[in-house]
Amino acid sequence: MNITFFYITVTLYLSATFISIAYLILHNDKIIGVANKTILIGFAFHTLTVISRWVEAGRAPFANLHEVFSLFSWMLVVIYLLIHIRYRLTALGAFVAPFAFLLLITASLLPKEIIPLAPSLVSYWLPIHVGLAFLGNAFFAMCFLFGIMYLIQERYLKSKKVGGLYFLLPSLNILDEISYKCLTFGFPLLTLAMFTGAIWAEYTWGSYWSWEPRQIWSLITWFLYAALIHGRLTVGWRGRKAAIYSIISFLILIGSFVIIKLYAWGAHAVFK
Amino acid sequence: MNIIIVGLSHKTAPIEIREKLSFPAQTIGEPLNRLCTSYGINEGIIISTCNRVEILAVTRDIDKGLWQIKKFLSDYHNIALEELDEHLYSYTSEDAVKHIFRVSSGLDSMVIGEPQILGQVKDAYGYSLQHRTAGVIMNKLFHKTFSVAKRIRTETKIGSSAVSISYAAVELAKKIFGTLEGKIVMLIGAGEMAELAAKHLLSNGVQEILVANRTYERAIEMAKGFNGTPIMFREFTHYLKKVDIVITSTAAPRFIIHPEEIEEVIKERKNRSMFFIDISVPRNIDPLINNIDNIYLYNVDDLQGVVEANLKERVKEAKEAETIIDDEMGKFYRWVKSLDVVPTIVALKKKLEHIRRGEVEKALSGMNGLQEKDIQLIEAMTKAVINKIVHAPVTHLKKEANKVEGDFYIEATRRLFDLDKEEDELTKKVEES
Repeated sequence: MNITFFYITVTLYLSATFISIAYLILHNDKIIGVANKTILIGFAFHTLTVISRWVEAGRAPFANLHEVFSLFSWMLVVIYLLIHIRYRLTALGAFVAPFAFLLLITASLLPKEIIPLAPSLVSYWLPIHVGLAFLGNAFFAMCFLFGIMYLIQERYLKSKKVGGLYFLLPSLNILDEISYKCLTFGFPLLTLAMFTGAIWAEYTWGSYWSWEPRQIWSLITWFLYAALIHGRLTVGWRGRKAAIYSIISFLILIGSFVIIKLYAWGAHAVFK
Repeated sequence: MNIIIVGLSHKTAPIEIREKLSFPAQTIGEPLNRLCTSYGINEGIIISTCNRVEILAVTRDIDKGLWQIKKFLSDYHNIALEELDEHLYSYTSEDAVKHIFRVSSGLDSMVIGEPQILGQVKDAYGYSLQHRTAGVIMNKLFHKTFSVAKRIRTETKIGSSAVSISYAAVELAKKIFGTLEGKIVMLIGAGEMAELAAKHLLSNGVQEILVANRTYERAIEMAKGFNGTPIMFREFTHYLKKVDIVITSTAAPRFIIHPEEIEEVIKERKNRSMFFIDISVPRNIDPLINNIDNIYLYNVDDLQGVVEANLKERVKEAKEAETIIDDEMGKFYRWVKSLDVVPTIVALKKKLEHIRRGEVEKALSGMNGLQEKDIQLIEAMTKAVINKIVHAPVTHLKKEANKVEGDFYIEATRRLFDLDKEEDELTKKVEES
């Protein structure tokens, strides 16, 4: 059942992507209204996908990469909906829809069988630790999207050639502000994820920290974002610099995640 | 009844012709009356602005009506018709309705989507009410026109982007800062356009305006106009760090703001963005400052470029407006058509026949033992009653329809007997039976 819901979601996100592209070309607010509704319906099916997967597997749905990508995409859309309710940025859906779709299409290419969890991972800590890490990373993904939107809008304003997306994107100030807010949500979540991970590791393996690759990269990511928050708060990094930094940080985050998965290094490799 | 328009605009006639044909508002009553007493013209409205003259009329005979209006224009302004004709355009029926919708929504204007024209059309309609030259059709047409223009304004973004340099500056400031509330503006030098931009910024929520001028007295005087604060010209650089938007328009022959000092300023501001608007020629601000992060510099040409981009965007929106107009035009013209006398009489008779038949059937179902002959008698009797009742109104309608108040009688008949509401249902029922 979860696979059926999954493909319905993929189709809806793909439709939302096409409708969004039409919006970016035609600049018609009615079109983006349709795109936003399509995302919303897609999200409903996405939620059904996650729940049914959870029920059918009899465990939290992040034991393999297919589940991981699907859940990550779901959290991204949750954050999008929160931002949409708060700020009503018309153009945002046009950026989120393709991103959510890309994550899902990646998930669709990966093996979809329900596999049992490695015995060492069966614990109440699993959903807490992984959930926090994912939600944190989803905020960083949103931070990344806002960084891209900022750079686009900034390019229009600097080059003085307004047109196209200039009319659709919100002001630089709003883009920077939301990017910063995402950071302030993402960073504590990542910190908590690392703490819970350490406590769990102590329970299962008898050591808080074992210098395995996933942990090292999490620490590096943590330092990257810590530096960004510090820079924003004290040195006055903002705008373009902060946008570029958040884009690079997220690329490093994703890159390290994929590489570690590919080589299946360390304790986290039990997630196949 | 037909709606016709004869007119000329900036697209068809040069200013020399337009000024000769214009109708000043103060004396519009006389030409209005003269137009409407022309033979075959039932209602009339004259819209006269510096860019166009439009004469709308309601007439029974389209060709004669058009000719009457042209003759009126030529006679009234003393210009030979041959000389005039090449500049005139004319629209009839649906096209006329479409034209007046387009004109009022600003789609036919020099600057697409400009809102002034709607006010001018409203004025023109007002004059015709004052001089009683607008009747049933014009009243309905103009009310529809105003609602169409409003619909276009709310459903498309045709009027949303700035098409003047000073508004473009405000719009850019909003794209940079989001809200302008709490922002501080510094105005250096006195230029008309710079002051206008400052005024627009102020009405968009800017908190304070600092005014610097080479002559301090002038600065004080200008500051009064904005409720602002005058500052000494030689000290303006000290204030830069607390200022978000800088507008320069001095007569200085060289740059007065340089990249080195701005790099310092932006550091002190912890990279909070600054927007520089250089309206002076020769320029007052070194263009190199635009390369500094979080600094945005626009000069007159740049602003002009933004205005042109906005105009292109308006053309895009105009296409959407056209579909709204087509939709509304269809609806409106169906109503105009219904005002013809023949369909009204048919509808009236149909309605009365429907009532008669209903009542006869009801009565017959309660009577027993009637013979075929009796039933025929009842039918004939009720039919005769209906015919007698309907005879006088129909005769009058036919007679009045060709007069000036004809539409009034037709409209009154339709309303008194609720013909518009029930016509569709009735047709359906009759077809079914």
